[in-house]
Amino acid sequence: MTAAAATARLPFDAVPAARAVGRPQAQSLLRLRSIGKRFGDKVVLDGIDLEVGAGQFLAVIGKSGCGKSTLLRLLAGLDEPTSGTLEIDGGRQSQGGARIMFQEPRLLPWARVAANVAVGLTGIDKGAPARQRALAMLSEVGLEDRAADWPSILSGGQKQRVALARALVGQPRILALDEPLGALDALTRIEMHRLLERIWLKQRFTAVLVTHDVAEAVALADRVIVIDRGRITLDLAVPLPRPRRHGSAELAALEGKILDQLFGRAGN
Amino acid sequence: MKRLASGIGLAGIGWLLPAAIIAGWEAAARAGLIGSNVLPAPSAVAEAFWRLLLSGELVWNIGVSAVRALAGFAIGGSIGFALGLANGVSALSRGLTDTTLQMIRNIPHLALIPLVILWFGIDEEAKLFLVALGVFFPIYVNTLLGIQGVDPHLVEMGRIYGMSRRDLFMRVILPGALPSIFVGLRYALGIMWLTLIVAETISASSGLGYMAMQAREFLLIDVVVLSILIYALLGKLADSLARLLERLSLKWHPAFQSA
Repeated sequence: MTAAAATARLPFDAVPAARAVGRPQAQSLLRLRSIGKRFGDKVVLDGIDLEVGAGQFLAVIGKSGCGKSTLLRLLAGLDEPTSGTLEIDGGRQSQGGARIMFQEPRLLPWARVAANVAVGLTGIDKGAPARQRALAMLSEVGLEDRAADWPSILSGGQKQRVALARALVGQPRILALDEPLGALDALTRIEMHRLLERIWLKQRFTAVLVTHDVAEAVALADRVIVIDRGRITLDLAVPLPRPRRHGSAELAALEGKILDQLFGRAGN
Repeated sequence: MKRLASGIGLAGIGWLLPAAIIAGWEAAARAGLIGSNVLPAPSAVAEAFWRLLLSGELVWNIGVSAVRALAGFAIGGSIGFALGLANGVSALSRGLTDTTLQMIRNIPHLALIPLVILWFGIDEEAKLFLVALGVFFPIYVNTLLGIQGVDPHLVEMGRIYGMSRRDLFMRVILPGALPSIFVGLRYALGIMWLTLIVAETISASSGLGYMAMQAREFLLIDVVVLSILIYALLGKLADSLARLLERLSLKWHPAFQSA
């Protein structure tokens, strides 16, 4: 698995200036050992082993109810596993290094856009410096001119960009994304892919994206895992150079492979 | 009609109907269609207003009533608000008190007047008690409802971002409950006047309700009508104040962003 992660990372060495110098190559930021999670009698996750390298972009795919959102909530520290160990950066989990982005933007309607972004600095920074950082992050997502607006007048895509700015303003080590683009229209979604990729290349956080959109997964991730009935059934590196072109033949081939796995190659 | 509305301003348009009613009323009274022992003409009411204003009686009675209303409101409102908050955030507190409060809520508070007179006589405490009790429930129920209605997704978001309990309350829960709290506030203001007037007409030696009852004894129908008009104006004033507060503190709400 670590080998797969390493191959996935190789192409990005070519990306100029995107890489912090001296960061060890094979370092795992997230280490899951036979993680299980059950709610009452229902087993949702069953023996998940997973290592995610620092700075990796991992996509988790599965049909609805397969346990992928549960996995994400464990990674973000929102839930505790029933069995197994989950380590973030060598230590026990539940440090403040993880941020999660949901399908809904979850902005505070009574706070202006800049103040909403500053929520991401709770306990990190406050007052004028927090505002400065919030504004800088807003311009990163291209919304610097909306800082003084109420969230209610923004479009769906703009709201998600504010939510992204809020998640990233505290410079988390891990960003967990729970189908954050699922409610957006197709064109806005492609725009968001580009934005997300650009910021990820710049900040180099570890990204875990849960999605049911296979095209989205292969367009964004270094590595895709498929979860079925609580287990990892496919672990695939996506060693394609960036920026990736939507609809290219290599992406389509990978997409086909993943879809085959998801639907049990019933057609063959 | 559109031009008329824009000429007077939308704020003024609400006063067109009351003005028309008063004009029609005056005309009907002068033509002898309404007997002066049934309903005096507006000019007669205005005369009574002037007379009472000059004697100082009117200002004194309005002042007495306003102090009672506001004191009762402050007592009942703050207890209701505090309990609403406590029961909104703590399941233990809700479990302990909510059933009792819901039972008391179903007793019409004006039904307690005989009991209250036995307890307090016709002193100030009786009126304060009734107003406070009347105001308590709309504030309590709507504060509780507002807090329970706060989007749990937002609360979870606040937790994930490491907000302390205090932060979570001040930045997420309270602002989220505010629209509902304002609904309670406006209801409570209406009940405040209603309770006070009833209490004053039954047992008082000063205040607007007392003034109206005295006037009835001496068949001063113009003063009775004047008192009723003053209730209407005071009620409207209280409601406008609440609306102004609402507009100032709910600027973020889409319903208040017409400008």
